[in-house]
Amino acid sequence: MAMLSRPVYGKLSAQAGTHHLFIADAEGASAILAMAKQAPQDFFASAEIMYIPGSAGNKYVAGLEALVPGRFYQGPSIAAAMPRLRHIFENAHMGLRLYLTGTEGLIGQVSQIAADAGIEHSAIQTEHRGSLARRVQCVHCKGITENVTTQPVRCSHCGLLLLVRDHYSRRHAAFQGVCINAEDPSENPPAEEIFR
Amino acid sequence: MKAGSNRIEAVVTDVVAVNELVKRFHFQRVDGGTLPTFSGGAHIVVEMQDEDRTRLNPYSLMSSPLDTHDYTISVRRDDAGRGGSLFMHNRVEPGQRMVISNPVNLFSLDLRARKHLMIAGGIGITPFLAQTAQLAAEGGNFELHYSFRNDKVSTYADLLRERHGKRVHLYRSDYGENLDLERVLSSQPLGTHLYVCGPDGMITWVRDAATQLGWPAGTVHYEHFAAPQPGKPFDVTLAVSGIDIRVGEHESLLEAIEAAGIDPPYLCRGGVCGQCETNVISYDGKFRHNDHWLSEEDRRSGCKVMPCVSRFEGKSLVLER
Repeated sequence: MAMLSRPVYGKLSAQAGTHHLFIADAEGASAILAMAKQAPQDFFASAEIMYIPGSAGNKYVAGLEALVPGRFYQGPSIAAAMPRLRHIFENAHMGLRLYLTGTEGLIGQVSQIAADAGIEHSAIQTEHRGSLARRVQCVHCKGITENVTTQPVRCSHCGLLLLVRDHYSRRHAAFQGVCINAEDPSENPPAEEIFR
Repeated sequence: MKAGSNRIEAVVTDVVAVNELVKRFHFQRVDGGTLPTFSGGAHIVVEMQDEDRTRLNPYSLMSSPLDTHDYTISVRRDDAGRGGSLFMHNRVEPGQRMVISNPVNLFSLDLRARKHLMIAGGIGITPFLAQTAQLAAEGGNFELHYSFRNDKVSTYADLLRERHGKRVHLYRSDYGENLDLERVLSSQPLGTHLYVCGPDGMITWVRDAATQLGWPAGTVHYEHFAAPQPGKPFDVTLAVSGIDIRVGEHESLLEAIEAAGIDPPYLCRGGVCGQCETNVISYDGKFRHNDHWLSEEDRRSGCKVMPCVSRFEGKSLVLER
């Protein structure tokens, strides 16, 4: 069931620009390292890398530092990186190019605040790496459940059992979750792990 | 497309010589009502009854979108052109009735932008008069850079300065005053959109610089109505209608199709909107593509043509029309 709103990710490639901002989590670092092999010399001198290692731990940190980016930031979570990111966007000029790689949650949430700053989604380079876990918005209570790997999933806010759809909202940076047993709440389809 | 709904019976209420090259024309509805709403960047197609020939030329609306009791356009006289601008300059007088089309906007502002950077050359200033009026009324953030030769042809430069003060930057190229494009493009806040209207060379210059400096394609907007170029006459078979036509030296393919009594769709008549795109069934010869619409692939394959501005040289051409 292909759905138009289902995001499609590409492969990072160096764009023309005056500044380059990379934001990655976990396995996303490997996409930056792969891209760096094709990038022009000195490309990373005008780049900033913001990295959230998460489940990847220290695996890629030394490799990213070895690219000698103009700036390197490492943080514990996307939420913790947000104030810095907003500050960068507020002060940035046209010519800044954005590269997002790693989990869909990271790509979606950063795309969302980039749109607020006036960067259209089509102007962003993205590459998905690592977990397929989804960020899901419950369409009933509007609560967001992070790191969803099963179908169906229980909403972490209102407790309804949700069918996770491919219907994606860029505005919420989340997939839509719809009650799967509204007709008969006693029906409880088994949860299968499908978004690994 | 001569459907009734797209034609507005208008009367020319005023003709003003702005300078030695440019005249301004004011249109109102014959019945006195308000004209259709439009947004800055829109154009209308003006029908000119020139003897036995109907000319249909697009002109950007330059009046404020906030005031639809009249439409105003400005026409630069082109002595070497096909005659539309000369007709407007020499034959159109106040009180005259003319038919104009509904407005169409192929150069609209992207209102998601945090700021609008506008670059105009010569008569390319006209859509920006409407856009800046629209933005100024909404408290929008914009900056306009306008180049012209000298003070004799500084069409509306004083008016724009008066209306918008320091947001308007003027460059007189005869005096060596030139836009520092790289500096201007590099100093814009994130979320700026770029708009350019002027001669072909200027549009190419600005688009290339923007691409090099990292402006995403979706943030760069441009408009250039290519006037149909004259060329050798050629013969065309319209397969659907089952007729053969000849396109004259100073006639466009679209005009020749219309003269044969067929009404193909069109909007801009300048090679930008894509409405008149026509499939080619077969051809033996060479296309002269003059549009800004077809992809390189379309051109290579020879499967499509934009009859509003493009021509053909060769033995035979059969169109699906």
